[in-house]
Amino acid sequence: MTSEAAVCIVHYMVNYRGRQLDRTFAALVDGTRRAILARLEREDSATVSELAKPFAIKLPAVMKHLDVLYDAGLISRSKAGRVVTVRIQPEPMREAMDWLRRYERFWSKSFDRLAAFAESKERAATKKRR
Amino acid sequence: MTSLTLVRRIRARPSIVFEALTKADGIAQWWGPDAGPVLLAETDVRIGGRFRVRFRLLDGTEHESAGEFLEIVEPKRLVMSWQWTDGGEPDEAGEVSRIEFDLKRIDTGTEITFTHARLRTEVSRASHEQGWAGAFDKLERRFSTEHFA
Repeated sequence: MTSEAAVCIVHYMVNYRGRQLDRTFAALVDGTRRAILARLEREDSATVSELAKPFAIKLPAVMKHLDVLYDAGLISRSKAGRVVTVRIQPEPMREAMDWLRRYERFWSKSFDRLAAFAESKERAATKKRR
Repeated sequence: MTSLTLVRRIRARPSIVFEALTKADGIAQWWGPDAGPVLLAETDVRIGGRFRVRFRLLDGTEHESAGEFLEIVEPKRLVMSWQWTDGGEPDEAGEVSRIEFDLKRIDTGTEITFTHARLRTEVSRASHEQGWAGAFDKLERRFSTEHFA
């Protein structure tokens, strides 16, 4: 492989992963979709009609949510006769959580020091005023 | 749109916290994920003004991020665009994210609500408040213990 081709592939992978993350986060913005995923996380798999039951919305609306989750790669679907079974796909979710964890660590550690710094400033300001 | 949200209480008044967030010598005291030093901090605090922060981690690697001030309401709210300009996360090259600080005065000082969003779109605050973090916690437990142990 030429080095240019290698660079292109790496670039493609980076972009691809970025797009996947954006799709994951966009799919997760909706409360119904998060509830569906949380249930699949507990129960491993469920049929479409089982998934639709707890929601006040109609089956076609649930199907639409499942389409979004499927397009984002967050679930898989398999059909046996007329029954469609849905399963969670862990990889995109894992990547999304890696992103959140990474930045949670970054900012939490930063804010520990921000708090220490601001609190020392506050003590100095309070002392000066007395 | 979904993002990371952190809430932190600091025993200092909002004006002091706001200064620590915006002044270069303030940022130099805290920015970065470990005890390594901030090597450079520049801020031009006005809408459209830039900021730049370079820091060294304890492992010796150097990283730089930069962005633009998008909203400034002293001492209540600060919104910036943010991206790695050197080092940082290789996966994130060229990705612009948006960070927001909301400062609320409380009895003991200041409550900061911080969000970091990947997409440069409006952050949907409602979606964070509806137990988003809890849903993630559960999924995280499952994935870390079962699928990726």
